[in-house]
Amino acid sequence: MNGKSMRRLLTALLCGLLASQAHADGSTSSALVRGGKFESVLPPAQGVKQVDVASFRLDRVPVSNAEFARFVQAHPEWQRDKVAALFADTEYLSHWSSPVEPGAGISNQPVVRVSWFAASAYCESRGARLPTWYEWEYAAAASATAPDARRDPAWQQIVLSWYSRPVSATLPDVGRSPANYYGVRDLHGVIWEWVEDYAGMLVAGDNRQQSDPDALRFCGPGALTMEQKENYPTLMRIALLSSMQARYTGPAMGFRCATSVRSAVR
Amino acid sequence: MRFLALVLLFATTLAAADTVYPPQSVYRLQAALTSQSGVQHDLAVYAGHPVLITMFYGTCPAACPLLIDTLRSIERAVPPGQQQRLRVLMISIDPQHDTVESLRELAQTRHIDVSRWTLARADASTVRRIAAVLNVQYRALPDGGFNHSSIITLLSPQGEILAQSTAVAKADAALLQALSAIP
Repeated sequence: MNGKSMRRLLTALLCGLLASQAHADGSTSSALVRGGKFESVLPPAQGVKQVDVASFRLDRVPVSNAEFARFVQAHPEWQRDKVAALFADTEYLSHWSSPVEPGAGISNQPVVRVSWFAASAYCESRGARLPTWYEWEYAAAASATAPDARRDPAWQQIVLSWYSRPVSATLPDVGRSPANYYGVRDLHGVIWEWVEDYAGMLVAGDNRQQSDPDALRFCGPGALTMEQKENYPTLMRIALLSSMQARYTGPAMGFRCATSVRSAVR
Repeated sequence: MRFLALVLLFATTLAAADTVYPPQSVYRLQAALTSQSGVQHDLAVYAGHPVLITMFYGTCPAACPLLIDTLRSIERAVPPGQQQRLRVLMISIDPQHDTVESLRELAQTRHIDVSRWTLARADASTVRRIAAVLNVQYRALPDGGFNHSSIITLLSPQGEILAQSTAVAKADAALLQALSAIP
């Protein structure tokens, strides 16, 4: 091969690489969620109501089986027959037809039965991370037309009706529910989703007791208490997440990834 | 000479293969730590020893100083021979404030024997993973503090979790029993 054709080949390779990176970067597969002040159902501390959420990008839809299959094919240590028991329980990807193939008909369904470790590793392989709880809750507060629709009775009704729907045997494909204000879909009514700080919720088992939390078992001012008791679907998510351990998986537990954006965007 | 080099290479490969820990071992986690002396370590810094491992933050007002006292009560409660084998690893959940310097200062003010104890820091995502394998819950608070569960975990020489204790200021009986059962 002469120098000229070599250079041409290298250029072609480089362009291919850049193109695939532009795709992986996902400027179309993720949506910009502009940050702001926000009242979470989990107040950050006693007497502090508002949370400052910085702008971030969030995947428009949950990670699908096909996407997760490509990940485990490239990273064999995350295949169900190779993963260390430290990082995933025995149900990890147990519904797939093989360690590297989801099987017929479920490619575009959200991947479920994944542990927090596996979800984190997937996002990291994309140069991303799991969203924090506050980021997830912030994005999920949006209806199709308003960034925070949580006090809108019509929106509350829509969200509640999703949660009261019986769990069907087959999950819908990702992206079937309407896009919200930010262009993000499937935050309600499809799956439960891992968040980066799932272990930070510290919600006491019995939230009706408002007495002094045990200051010694928890270093710091103690467990958080939950606000906005009418926000039932969100409280259900918190209850589920705080009962999880990082190696656990669940038949309806999936995830999507997020990335931080530079403060200039705000 | 070349033969000797090959034999040596083979021997080191074998030694490396030996460090495949059991599937449940927390030493399966790749986690880069920096000690109070600024030395880089793996989570398996004390592999081969029984280890008491716990997470804390340096500016904690109440439960964290008590954690050190609790670790010392456990040390005092085991027979001298075993005490020499035991190691303690305290990992900060607050990498922003717990620098190498502040960890060294903490070790000095609390007269910590750094030949057997290590105070360590790691980047935020490593801290999350370590907390996840140890089932430690924590959350940053707006005032710079943290809520976190004060758990002391006993690891086997292979890094398996043998016992976990939330007892404060006294040695937990079940943990001591698990410790004395290590051959």
